[in-house]
Amino acid sequence: MASSTGLPPQAFVRRDAVPAAPPPALVGGPLAWIRRNLFSSLGNACLTVAAAALLALLLPPMLRFLVFDAVWTGENRDACRPEVLGHPVGACWAFVASKINYFVYGSYPIEARWRADLFFALLAFGIGWLLWLDAPRRDLGAAYFFVVFPLAAYALLSGVPALGLGYVPTSLWGGMLVTIVVALVGIVVSLPFGVLLALGRRSRLPVVRLVCVIFIEFWRGVPLITVLFMANVMLPLFLPGDVTVDRLVRPLVGIALFTSAYMAEIVRGGLQAMPRGQFEGAMSLGLGPWLTMRLVILPQALRIVIPGIVNSYIALFKDTTLVSIVGIFDFIRTIESARVDPNWAAPTVSVTGYAFAALFYFVFCFGMSRYSRFVERRLSASSAR
Amino acid sequence: MTAQPLPDLDPDLAPADTSSTRLATAPVVVTLERVNKWYGAFHVLRDIDLTVRRGERIVVCGPSGSGKSTLIRCINRLEEHQSGRIVVDGIELASDLKTIDEIRREVGMVFQHFNLFPHLTVLENCTLAPIWVKTMPRAEAEELAMRYLTRVKIPHQAHKYPGQLSGGQQQRVAIARSLCMSPKIMLFDEPTSALDPEMVKEVLDTMVGLADEGMTMIVVTHEMGFARQVADRVIFMDEGQVVEANTPDAFFRDPQHERTRLFLSQILH
Repeated sequence: MASSTGLPPQAFVRRDAVPAAPPPALVGGPLAWIRRNLFSSLGNACLTVAAAALLALLLPPMLRFLVFDAVWTGENRDACRPEVLGHPVGACWAFVASKINYFVYGSYPIEARWRADLFFALLAFGIGWLLWLDAPRRDLGAAYFFVVFPLAAYALLSGVPALGLGYVPTSLWGGMLVTIVVALVGIVVSLPFGVLLALGRRSRLPVVRLVCVIFIEFWRGVPLITVLFMANVMLPLFLPGDVTVDRLVRPLVGIALFTSAYMAEIVRGGLQAMPRGQFEGAMSLGLGPWLTMRLVILPQALRIVIPGIVNSYIALFKDTTLVSIVGIFDFIRTIESARVDPNWAAPTVSVTGYAFAALFYFVFCFGMSRYSRFVERRLSASSAR
Repeated sequence: MTAQPLPDLDPDLAPADTSSTRLATAPVVVTLERVNKWYGAFHVLRDIDLTVRRGERIVVCGPSGSGKSTLIRCINRLEEHQSGRIVVDGIELASDLKTIDEIRREVGMVFQHFNLFPHLTVLENCTLAPIWVKTMPRAEAEELAMRYLTRVKIPHQAHKYPGQLSGGQQQRVAIARSLCMSPKIMLFDEPTSALDPEMVKEVLDTMVGLADEGMTMIVVTHEMGFARQVADRVIFMDEGQVVEANTPDAFFRDPQHERTRLFLSQILH
């Protein structure tokens, strides 16, 4: 080729471009996918076979218990007793169906349960508004969720006699209602508080820094159970006799502060990942330290730590079960007390109750996890490199 | 350091008016008097004296570690000097935040690594400071931003994110972002050092355009072609001191100090 154009043999000039071609067949397609992901090596193939065997071993009995042999309707224990029915009995969903109101509201007065329902509806509305990223007026949504909704929730659940809403003491609250209230307060308080603590820990003022470090290390150094016991058993001993704090509020505050300390460390990680150039770029434009933080640093730093934040929320949601040991009737506690009801004395009732609890926690936690993945992907797509 | 060939700048542009008469009557906008700075025990800036007049274009060059970046970063207080005076547009730099913010509003800065905000679109990058610092209405800020984006020739990228642009485009956005604050002085900290060679020219052309409009500029760069074409004065620094300062013509034709001659022989060949 070279010689024909009269150039010396080591020279080369491209005359016609090489067109882009589709990849060879082996690269795409389901067969190629299976080979690449499941059977890429001997070890991998063994793992695939072992996993398939394990699934084959576990899945059928699980499905048989939860679905095929399960009892779906019934009035009392007779519906779920194998000696009455004459065949093996799986999960007793009839028990859950008959107790569902207790699981949701605890001992909340029946005539006031519409208030709890309204609370759930308002909550769902607020969450929907905030989580739907393209929703209109998300600033109003935030105002609703962080200002209007908490006030409305308090008025609805606790009652305002002046408005005709009878007072409902927290000792009657229970079930999923309490679990959700505890988790919600923890989630809503811990993020802003954690951000403030994280900023304080990086402050240039030694006193602010010291206070924040002491606060964070104190709460991180104490087990949550201890915090709850302190809140419910020991705190009343320290307070003057005529001062009482509600028995639900005390652990609520404890959990919120406890989670804030963890949140602070997560946020600090994000702040430390921010390159110096971002601070300098913002400052060179005349943005002061607060505006720089709010408009440039925090939006990016929080984005980096979304997985950590959600991880902490999931842990918090499950840790709310601990309030049951200080006498608060959360969801787990209602299951505990319902499963020993003699009306429903049947062999699989306890297991069914726990399976229902597992399902409840899994749905919420998995939902949070998926949503955070979605947000991460959305945000990384918008600022793709 | 990067011994790139001199970029051929727009041939229509006449060499900058370097006549001393133009500047002699202009007011002084930046004054540095015996400025000293240390990083720990390391003396980075030693007795720096510098006077910049309105409309003057100064190119600062020197080997790495010579303190040239530190010098211009002291002017808008990204670095703190420990002794001496710095006066910018009649305001003496002091430690209180108010003075510092006042000065930063007058002084624009363009960085080697652009420092654009990756979570904001190009347009939002440009409108952020006018809206929040100058409390300009959004519509007005966007109009202003579009005007400057048009001037740096990327108005059609306004709704993209910085990460979707090439390095040269990002640096031009950074220039537009600074201009949106209508600064009186522009500082450039090696604006072309992080760019692919193919993109250097588009950024330099933007800077030449800015110089032609009379902007006061202090530019740390190794682009000697730019210095020759635009600068009123070239300052050579080494080991924290100003070693030599002269008009570009004299500086390149007849460097006086031995260190300057060595430096020039290494970057021009």
